[in-house]
Amino acid sequence: MCTVCGCSEGEARIEGHEHTHHPHGEKVHDYGAGPAHAHAPGLSQARMVQIEQDILGKNNEYAAANRRWFSERGVLALNLVSSPGSGKTTLLTRTIQDIKKDLALSVIEGDQQTANDAERIRKTGVKALQINTGKGCHLDGHMVGHALETLAPEDNSVLFIENVGNLVCPSAFDLGEAHKVVILSVTEGEDKPLKYPDMFHAADLMILNKIDLLPYLTFDTRECIDYARRVNPGIKVLQVSATTGEGLSSWYQWIKAAHQLAQIGG
Amino acid sequence: MHEMSLCESVLKCLQESAKTQNFKRVKTVWLEIGALSGVEIEALRFSFEVVVKDSLADRAKLEIIALPGEAWCMKCSATVIIEQRFDACPKCGSYQLQVTGGDEMKIKELEVE
Repeated sequence: MCTVCGCSEGEARIEGHEHTHHPHGEKVHDYGAGPAHAHAPGLSQARMVQIEQDILGKNNEYAAANRRWFSERGVLALNLVSSPGSGKTTLLTRTIQDIKKDLALSVIEGDQQTANDAERIRKTGVKALQINTGKGCHLDGHMVGHALETLAPEDNSVLFIENVGNLVCPSAFDLGEAHKVVILSVTEGEDKPLKYPDMFHAADLMILNKIDLLPYLTFDTRECIDYARRVNPGIKVLQVSATTGEGLSSWYQWIKAAHQLAQIGG
Repeated sequence: MHEMSLCESVLKCLQESAKTQNFKRVKTVWLEIGALSGVEIEALRFSFEVVVKDSLADRAKLEIIALPGEAWCMKCSATVIIEQRFDACPKCGSYQLQVTGGDEMKIKELEVE
């Protein structure tokens, strides 16, 4: 662990971000030669220390710094979460094409490996940065903070953070976003909100994607929404198809409303 | 869920506390884990052992303080205990519950020397 900026020695790589590691390791820690050092043989030095620290406290500090950064610049940050294959990137590229004339946009892409998704986004003419998490299963506040330095989203813009496809871990890691948006496709089970309650609990908006496929499936939309509300009574639900464009205007209105709130700040 | 990263965060906190609180070794770690935190205790124990190996907390004992899941039932106007986020109110069966506690993941205290 790096004690200067908190970088872990994991495999996370941020595209274009050359991180110089500071020398670290147990050896540089100087645990002091305080009075307890002079102990009599046979006498235990054991003592209790109350620390009351949140395990994710470090991540929450990074997230809070990101949130301040967004707020000072009027940037709306949305954390898009879903299982792999829900159509997140397709929804995002379609969204970008449809609203880039109205809003300044940028994208942070999180995947274990490859820069394929960032390349897909760049083809739309919007700037995108890929973070590869390596062994990691989620983006964290620290990775996003470094990504902001390189990506430099414009003031008053919208930043989409496409998290690693995973309905479990990203729920616990705050990135400093205004909202988590969970995308669920109708080709998955309608009981996913119950199977992965933490994620649906943490999200403010659920997008039900691929509704153009409903005629070919036995997916029960009402039941799915009912399950989502069981874990999160306040969740908003939009039904869309990123392929046919159905329902997307509501999604764009939601983004624009959230963007306006980000301008107000506070 | 991500017990390995959680243990890495715990170790990070221990290393920082070692400097501020002036200790060299951690013998026992007490963690408060809520029933709704999504943490799998067995996986946590396994990861902890691996993560703290050769660190200041090598072979430290891990003690878990389990906290119940709590929610406010809007129909009963009362706090009730739940096992999972999608549970119905054990009194009235309503799903209009607002989770109020049980998602804790906290390092409570340490035995150090």
